[in-house]
Amino acid sequence: MTKHTIVALVEDRPGVLNRIASKWRQRGFNIESLAVGHSEMAGLSRMTFTVDGTTTDVDQVTKQMYKLIEVVKVTDLTEHDMVHRELALVKVAANPQQRSAIIEIVDIFRAKIVDVAPESLIIEVTGTEDKIDAIFEMLRPYGIKELVRTGRIAMTRGAAAPTSVDGGKGEHHRYRPAGEGKPKVGSLL
Amino acid sequence: MTKMTGAQIVMECLAREGVEYIFGIPGGANLPLYDTLPQYPQIRHILVRHEQAAAHAADAYARVTGKAGVCWATSGPGATNLVTGIANASMDSVPLVCITGAVVSWLIGRDGFQEADITGITIPITKQNYLVLDVDDLAQTVREAFHIATTGRPGPVLIDIPRDIQQQQTEFHYPEKVDIPSYRPVTKGHPGQIRKAAQLIAEAERPLILAGHGVVLARAYDELRELAERAHIPVICTLLGIGGFPGSHELYLGMPGMHGMYWNNIAISEADLIIGIGMRFDDRVTGRLKDFAPNARIIHIDVDPAEIGKNVRTTVPIVGDVKEVLSDLNPLVQPARHDAWCRHIQEIRREHPSITIPNVDKVLPQFVIKKIYELSGPDAYFVTGVGQHQMWAAQFFWGDNPGSFVTSGGLGTMGFEVPAAMGVQFARPKDLVWSICGDGGFQMTMQEMATIVEHELPIKFAIINNGHLGMVRQWQHLFYDDNLQAVRLFHPDYVKLAEAFGAAGLRVTDKIEVEPAIEKALRHPGPVIIDFHVEQHEDIYPMMPPGASLAETVDQPEAEREAKPEKVRSS
Repeated sequence: MTKHTIVALVEDRPGVLNRIASKWRQRGFNIESLAVGHSEMAGLSRMTFTVDGTTTDVDQVTKQMYKLIEVVKVTDLTEHDMVHRELALVKVAANPQQRSAIIEIVDIFRAKIVDVAPESLIIEVTGTEDKIDAIFEMLRPYGIKELVRTGRIAMTRGAAAPTSVDGGKGEHHRYRPAGEGKPKVGSLL
Repeated sequence: MTKMTGAQIVMECLAREGVEYIFGIPGGANLPLYDTLPQYPQIRHILVRHEQAAAHAADAYARVTGKAGVCWATSGPGATNLVTGIANASMDSVPLVCITGAVVSWLIGRDGFQEADITGITIPITKQNYLVLDVDDLAQTVREAFHIATTGRPGPVLIDIPRDIQQQQTEFHYPEKVDIPSYRPVTKGHPGQIRKAAQLIAEAERPLILAGHGVVLARAYDELRELAERAHIPVICTLLGIGGFPGSHELYLGMPGMHGMYWNNIAISEADLIIGIGMRFDDRVTGRLKDFAPNARIIHIDVDPAEIGKNVRTTVPIVGDVKEVLSDLNPLVQPARHDAWCRHIQEIRREHPSITIPNVDKVLPQFVIKKIYELSGPDAYFVTGVGQHQMWAAQFFWGDNPGSFVTSGGLGTMGFEVPAAMGVQFARPKDLVWSICGDGGFQMTMQEMATIVEHELPIKFAIINNGHLGMVRQWQHLFYDDNLQAVRLFHPDYVKLAEAFGAAGLRVTDKIEVEPAIEKALRHPGPVIIDFHVEQHEDIYPMMPPGASLAETVDQPEAEREAKPEKVRSS
């Protein structure tokens, strides 16, 4: 397995993303995708990123990230039984004659059409990277106008929550469950 | 509860941290801090002449005292001038708290006069940094800064405070406790790992200890000595580890690596166990990594988990504070003798003495440095710059005074020697402080002579003046076909320069003058500069060529000239 899926829990504070990116660049880590958003705890964001294990020492990625004060927890999910997904929006050229063929593809992939215009459609598709690659290839002949992908997000199967603080019990006073009071600062940038 | 300004809150926190000295320079963005100085007479502000010197002085003060050093500067150029000093402290894991004034908060990001994004600039060279935009966060931030700087693997922390935040008023609440849930450095080693380490030590026939800066930073002198004596293991100290183990001890072997003792580099290659203690297997120590200690299992003790496995494969890693780990390890270590192994190393040492000084009439730099050590007594401190003189100073240091060798290791910052000596002398006002300077490095920071004379610091400066950027000259000589470019160094009349600053100046051009000049300097109550005109083309040996392995170390130049085959590329 060369592609590693790593989940990091980080404090929502200005500059944190900058610090993390700076660390990756400084140490020459080859990060392939990155997705960040709020977590279940106010004041904490969860980021999922993937690293190519053939070019990057994954152990060092974890250790170097822990050196950053705002990084609370880093978990390599690669060996875990996990669910991982990516979301993509595809704007594809579609005149009225082509639409039904495209809708057929959308149905096969269990994707959704979220915008219709006279000469185009926006398709929302969720799945593994392979699935998105596949629908992309199927749609390509119609003319792809734009593609945007979120990068992988991932979670382990089962009740355990290894990427959370204290396994998800949220015992620490500094972090509150989301919704109980608003986070002090809500931006990583 | 009385209200305080942001500036007062900063000073109050510094006072409660026990700060004695702040090295700095005022400017528009930190004037509110200066405005509060008279209210805190227990804290002395030292006006330096360049902010780089403020950082180096605070750095050296921290190395000697074990407390965080404090420096500050104004925004923009004041802050950016600190950068080299911060990077130096970062590479050598020195606790430093740097406070910079920033432009008023509403001008941030608008390229205001003297604005620099110093938190952005210093991200890679600080352990943590802060831009404080709320006066109510100040006390907590300063408290955290000292906590982070001094715990775990120490390092520099920068706090950037806009001028208006320094002026705003608020109620002061001192956070008695610091609790950063995402920052819990491990200090106690894992008992299972410690047991395994003891087992490896018991099995070893040819063990070696490689002690680094971590021993000095953790003040683990006694624990290291106990381990070495208990299991009869020879001790090698890295450049920054020098002073972590008594130089006169029969188990002490000196420095390893690029300009280390030949016997050490061979012994490392032959050892069956390397115990790395508070060190990071830097390339100047290991040489070509794949050939480093090919026969050895490796125990690596370090407080920073990221150092484990970063450069070398490790058999038994132990993450923890060196002092605590050794205290737990020592009782488990079986007493042993390794007489045959020690004898073997001493035989290599006899055949390749590495640091014999040729008996010639010329003033050899290593002769000067050795004489300084001999004449300075057991309690002196020695500060060096970077380059040939530094390597000679390291090679010939066999003193016993713990933590008395202060040098710029990781970053290799020329010019460190002058302001760092100042920091050491402030920390140790009663002790003798030598600054062993390169003529290149001295000219980089000699403006601080003004500060030194102003404060009557009786530092003795030995300029090892070879009229060259000596280490660069040596590399051009060895690896660039002797094509000497930009290494000849014009220099001022250092005696007159000393006098111009108000210090005493001496010049030595003959070997017989070396000792009398040192003695004269030692008798003089104030600062002295001795300009030693030394042999210009003396190379430093032993030398492990860049890119080579430790086993390929060249002991002496003659051997090197005979054996020198093809050009070796620099790295």
